[in-house]
Amino acid sequence: MKYLELTVGAVLVYNFVLSRFLGICPFLGVSKRLDTALGMGGAVTVVMAMASGLTSLIANYLLKFSIGGKVVELGFLRVLLFILVIASLVQLLEIMLQKLSPVLYRALGIYLPLITTNCAVLGAATINAESARGVIDSIIFGTFSGIGFALALVLFSSIREKLELAAPPKAFEGTPLALITAGILAMAFVGFSGLC
Amino acid sequence: MDTNLLLIAGALMLALGGVLGVVIGIFVKKFKVVSNPLADLALELLPGANCGGCGYAGCADFASALAAGKAVPSGCPVSSAEQISAISCALGVDAGELERKCAVVLCRGDAGDVRSMNYNGAMDCVAANLVAGGPQECRYGCLGLGTCARKCPFGAIEIIGQVAVVHRELCVGCGKCVTACPRGVIKLVPAAAEYHVYCNSPEKGVAKRQFCKAGCIGCRKCERIVPEMFKVGGFLSQVNYESGQYPDREIAEKINCPVGGLIDFDTRIAAARANAEGKNDQ
Repeated sequence: MKYLELTVGAVLVYNFVLSRFLGICPFLGVSKRLDTALGMGGAVTVVMAMASGLTSLIANYLLKFSIGGKVVELGFLRVLLFILVIASLVQLLEIMLQKLSPVLYRALGIYLPLITTNCAVLGAATINAESARGVIDSIIFGTFSGIGFALALVLFSSIREKLELAAPPKAFEGTPLALITAGILAMAFVGFSGLC
Repeated sequence: MDTNLLLIAGALMLALGGVLGVVIGIFVKKFKVVSNPLADLALELLPGANCGGCGYAGCADFASALAAGKAVPSGCPVSSAEQISAISCALGVDAGELERKCAVVLCRGDAGDVRSMNYNGAMDCVAANLVAGGPQECRYGCLGLGTCARKCPFGAIEIIGQVAVVHRELCVGCGKCVTACPRGVIKLVPAAAEYHVYCNSPEKGVAKRQFCKAGCIGCRKCERIVPEMFKVGGFLSQVNYESGQYPDREIAEKINCPVGGLIDFDTRIAAARANAEGKNDQ
């Protein structure tokens, strides 16, 4: 049951974009075309999985330890530390990709700077820490949250590609129509609540 | 609050920040990407249109191919002759020669009313073409919904009335419109050719005449007068672009095409405008 919530729950029921409303900026920004949506979705999935693992290590072993029998609680440093670690991680990933796999870098690398301070990635790390999950559980949750983000992005971009050809009233063209579409998509995802 | 706690927190942040900074520094050194300075130079001199007319993924890709000697500067259809010689001078390579191309929409369907149904779907040629073969009697003509014009990175295609026309002075011949057109009515032709036969339908002349007064009837008058410049297949005459000789004004006047299909770019644009205005007046 726990794993159902970490996998199906993260993708459908508690979808990062459509239920938790995190990561709205890239959701609207890079969803004009399907191929950019796939690239961004892949990049977010990779970064979320890695960031979840790393931040849960920090949350479990660095924020609470004891020196000489005295317990030190550093929970208030959580957001600060997470941001620092995630930003560094994304930078490292970008540098390595550029050298090791130029093809992958061209497909995913251009989206990495966008993710550096993405609230969805920080959100995954914080949710993990608040639920006091272990490292393995955190990585599973992070991976599937990323997949959920990618799913929402791909669905949304497919709809927007079709809408490009429609002729809406002048006042609805562009962002208003995108926001309305996102709202209807979010309502559709409400249907998954209670699944697990 | 405990002062010790603050000290520990500060020390932890400093230590972590320092460690991460050093790690990133090491990675930057270790995974440094050595870029070819020649490629950077070529990229600076290229127009940066990223049209893909050269056959590479974009200007950056073409620049690295140039630096590696896999391409010649004249492969870029957008650059002018001066720009190409500047690039070849900077790289110290031969400029190479490229026959300049230009796109042309071989249709004069706006001359008559060729619509067979009222189409109210998505205003896109690909979508319209999927509905029972398109809202026109002619299966080969321009649909005029502007898919090519939206694809063109240079704004060289204009939709006048119901048909697309190419502005020759803006077209660089990258061929994006050719792949975008669901009907294959756009052709890449040598830019040196000024006169074209504006029809794309190989159907019988009688069948064409029923709905389009502007279609080629396949009378072979042009082929009889200058056989080396034309080739007639079925009921469609076309300028033989492979011959290297193209009809000019004198030849076009001599031929005097019975349906008026052999015209140049400017005449075509003027005729399209006149047709569009005539339709608006009605």
